Amino acid sequence: MTTPDDRRYSDEHEWALVDGDIITVGVTQFATDSLGDVVYVDLPESGTEISQFDKFGEIESVKAVSDLFTPVGGTIVEVNSEVIDTPEKVNEDPYSVGWLLKVEASDAASQLEKLMDAGAYDELTAE
Amino acid sequence: MRAPVTGEIDRRLLNERSVPGRVGLQLQELDVPEQPLPEAGLLRAKEAHLPEVSQPEVVRYFTTLSQMNFSIDTNFYPLGSCTMKYNPKVNEEMAFLPGMAGIHPHQPDETVQGALQLIWELQEDLGELTGLPGVSLGPLAGAQGEYSGLMIARAYFDERGDSARTVALMPDSAHGTNPASAAMAGLEVVTVPSDSEGNVDVDALRGLVDERTCVFMLTLPSTLGLFEPNILEITNIIHEAGGLVYADGANLNALLGIVKLGDLGFDIAHSNLHKTFSTPHGGGGPGAGPVLVSDALAPFLPTPVVTREGDAYRLGAPGKTVGRVNGFHGSFGVLVRAYAYIRAMGPDGMREVSENAIINANYIRTALSDEFGIAADRVCMHECVLSPTAQKARGVSALDISKRLIDYGIHPPTMYFPLIVPEAIMVEPTETETKDTLDRFIAVMRQIGAEIDSDPDLLHDAPHDTPNTRLDEASAARNPYLRWQPDEDLTAAD
Repeated sequence: MTTPDDRRYSDEHEWALVDGDIITVGVTQFATDSLGDVVYVDLPESGTEISQFDKFGEIESVKAVSDLFTPVGGTIVEVNSEVIDTPEKVNEDPYSVGWLLKVEASDAASQLEKLMDAGAYDELTAE
Repeated sequence: MRAPVTGEIDRRLLNERSVPGRVGLQLQELDVPEQPLPEAGLLRAKEAHLPEVSQPEVVRYFTTLSQMNFSIDTNFYPLGSCTMKYNPKVNEEMAFLPGMAGIHPHQPDETVQGALQLIWELQEDLGELTGLPGVSLGPLAGAQGEYSGLMIARAYFDERGDSARTVALMPDSAHGTNPASAAMAGLEVVTVPSDSEGNVDVDALRGLVDERTCVFMLTLPSTLGLFEPNILEITNIIHEAGGLVYADGANLNALLGIVKLGDLGFDIAHSNLHKTFSTPHGGGGPGAGPVLVSDALAPFLPTPVVTREGDAYRLGAPGKTVGRVNGFHGSFGVLVRAYAYIRAMGPDGMREVSENAIINANYIRTALSDEFGIAADRVCMHECVLSPTAQKARGVSALDISKRLIDYGIHPPTMYFPLIVPEAIMVEPTETETKDTLDRFIAVMRQIGAEIDSDPDLLHDAPHDTPNTRLDEASAARNPYLRWQPDEDLTAAD
């Protein structure tokens, strides 16, 4: 598996991808490999304010239920309704169709500073 | 669904075998006055769809189901954390004695003195075994015992005017019921990390306790099957912060007659009678999850408890009771079985139960930890947690290994729990298995280990010889089909 180097990573196995003012958030392949088949995703309403590293939802697989922690804070401007209806999209490709949130952040740069690049994240998960 | 053509199992439900007008039972003549039906508004509008089948069809249906059942009476069942020990059949005889099975919960106390004496003596025995003398046998399962215990803690602090204590601490290895019960009881859950040895991180715990600490919930031995070496320090830290310590008694099978929870500083515990005290479980119940407390907390116990005055036994409510947790007095039949078990084993026998449970688990641990990895490489208690990460790297998961065990007639161990262990396979052999059974399990595990290289699909596709082979757990969870409905109802719903 390749960890895309176009985005930043948290040690809770979430990624953040910047596109203008909007940051897209999802879980990593390492997370989906550990979880196994995802059967349920619980996401907040669009418009919710969240702070960096706060819990924002839950992801349930055949093995376990895990909390989701956002790698960036701000206002949620969109949630991926497709993964709510078809949670297998998270397994299919967690880095594209399996995205979870789009967040509008005022201080994106300083928040992203606190995250890892792909190389550092790969080192973390190799342990 | 159609009737099977060849020799397969007939999977039709009784409702699907129904033929209008077919009768399986001759009702006896009415020997009480006939009563009119209730008014029309109270009668059901739709057909009840009761199956119309013959008596032999019913007998064959349920006998076939019973033969498909995988049970401790047919196979080795090392399901970690569940204590699937053999349940002596004499306990069943005791529970079905007419004086036990035929009494009614509304009978006056003086007509059921024997049953009340049994409940009282069981309260005393459990209090003695755990060192927590206040006992209510009311809760019907472990999780209800947890909930009752947490309600007791809240009531205790409320009475002292210390209502700001609303935090329940628990380790990251806790059973899922612990945070669920705490949330149900209105407490905020805060997780305490484990250290590299699998113990509670004592320094982290020290940093998390404060004047909001209500209770620390701890499973002992831990869900890793380990005794907590810092337990006295841990209970001290909580008590110094003004909180209470709760023992999840799911793993009590390792402690009987060896150490008492009360002596370690625990204030509240529950015990799963259906695990440790050998009553049938695994089929969804009934269970029993008595809650046990220190003297200081006894006034808050759920009602009823049985008290003795002279030679007379009475059902009564403790002075500051948190209330009733179910309709009557608990799962009385389960209580009878647990009582019979404790009486038959005696104090020395109880200790032997735990000693042999620990020896059996360590026998498996030492035989398999080199090949299959182990969560914590030290002497375990009544269960051990394998961590086959090397096998995972070779292309098979804990799930594949566990499913392959079914082909060898062994129930899969508990998988993927505790969550802090990668590829966890939790093996609890219990004390009732012979060395021969343990040796066979070890040989089978090694055989499966060899199959990973010789024929990995044997594992990926397992089980092979069961009525249902590998289940699609993901689809079952994504699109649950929970209740059979008659075809016309399905059509109507569309």
